[in-house]
Amino acid sequence: MIEVKNLRKEFDGEVVLDNINASFQNGMVNMIIGKSGSGKTVLLKCLVGLMAPTSGDIRYDGRNFVGLKSKEVRRLRRDIGMLFQGAALFDSRTVLENVMFPLDMFSRKNRRERKKRAEFCLERVNLLEAAHLYPSEISGGMKKRAAIARAIALNPKYLFCDEPNSGLDPKTSQLIDELIFDLTKDFSMTTIVVSHDMNSVINIGDKVIFINEGVKEWEGNKSEVMGTDNEKLNDFVFASDLFKKIKEAEEEKG
Amino acid sequence: MSFISSIEDVGEYALLLKKVLTIPDRMSEFMKEFMKGVFFLGVNSIWIVVIISFFIGAVIVLQIALNIDSPMLPRFTVGVVSREIILLEFSSTIMCLILAGKVGSNVASEIGTMRITEQIDALDIMGVNSANYLIFPKIASFVAFMPVLVVFSMFTGLSGGYIICLVLGTPSVETYVYGIQAFFRESFIWYSIFKSMLFGFIIASVAAYFGYTAKGGALEVGQASTNSVVINSVLILVCDLVFTQLALG
Repeated sequence: MIEVKNLRKEFDGEVVLDNINASFQNGMVNMIIGKSGSGKTVLLKCLVGLMAPTSGDIRYDGRNFVGLKSKEVRRLRRDIGMLFQGAALFDSRTVLENVMFPLDMFSRKNRRERKKRAEFCLERVNLLEAAHLYPSEISGGMKKRAAIARAIALNPKYLFCDEPNSGLDPKTSQLIDELIFDLTKDFSMTTIVVSHDMNSVINIGDKVIFINEGVKEWEGNKSEVMGTDNEKLNDFVFASDLFKKIKEAEEEKG
Repeated sequence: MSFISSIEDVGEYALLLKKVLTIPDRMSEFMKEFMKGVFFLGVNSIWIVVIISFFIGAVIVLQIALNIDSPMLPRFTVGVVSREIILLEFSSTIMCLILAGKVGSNVASEIGTMRITEQIDALDIMGVNSANYLIFPKIASFVAFMPVLVVFSMFTGLSGGYIICLVLGTPSVETYVYGIQAFFRESFIWYSIFKSMLFGFIIASVAAYFGYTAKGGALEVGQASTNSVVINSVLILVCDLVFTQLALG
């Protein structure tokens, strides 16, 4: 479980996140949603330590991540997998080498076993046929799947996904969502997904946190999102015509 | 403001070096990256070193032969002076200024691109010391390969002079060969190699610093690459002055 207490982040005196309190449970897909520029990616970067919060605590299974020494941070990060918005695959390595990279760095297994594990991860994301290709030779959706395979290679306890569906068509987006959901359940990971895609929220969000202008505005589960009376969340959710029409149809049904 | 930011840059550079110069997480991965660095930064630079050294060596001999026409000076002086210029300054300092452009921009743009495409963040998230993993093998391989480049440069520079003597006949090849052997001090070769290794460290580490701290997009990577070449060139010239005074003064 990951707990966030009184988290605050400022850039040159400008408050980007203020008094964020939240907990993210094991085996659940926790969605952080909000408009562009609301501070959700900054929150994610604070959670994984790519940015230092101005104040507040971030606890991984009770252990405060803020203020750890760099060696301890690196040790803790071996339990973290992350899917970046642009996949962040290493250009000079093939897909298989990308997935093998964390294993090469930290696993004590021999090369054959490491390769077997990498191939298992690629098979899990249905990408074994592209193992020999370079990132520049595969599509956006395949890059995301390869990045997921790399993220789960070391069996992480925590999985972070930054806008996993950005730049993908609806069908591929759904595929990536389902993959994240299935892996979370299969490996009982604590998964945190930052997104502004409401389809993802409805598809896979066990728990939803809505951030607005750097403040946690709302927290609940996916079934509560559609019926909320929170004005700002309603503005965000029903900005899409599709969701507006779904709501109208549901209201007509009674 | 610019002075303060320069001081901040020096501080950041020192902190980055502290992260870089640590024991690698996996020695086998370090060796893989080291060998890649030897090939891409070192071996791939041989051709430019050979071409430039050959022609500049030829021009140095030509210029000196044309300008030393006093009957008071023996003709083998052309060989002596050419050798000293090539050994002491050209093969180390001028060659490093050229390599600051080729290798420095290569390192800065490679690491800068990794930074803006979040590949360095990905390394950090995995628990890898990204500075050590990316920068240390590049510095180590370039510094280790520097003596090879310097020796190539010295040899082809003097060969360029030899060819020009062979073609023009003034001075004669025999006089030139006698000149490049006269009053020879072996320590000048070691001085040149050591100096170029120091410059190699500066080129690779400063370029890596600019790449590693790049922010923004493609434009900023280009700026980082340009800045690395400019700062490297200035640092090489300043260090050359200081080093020459300390070592030979």
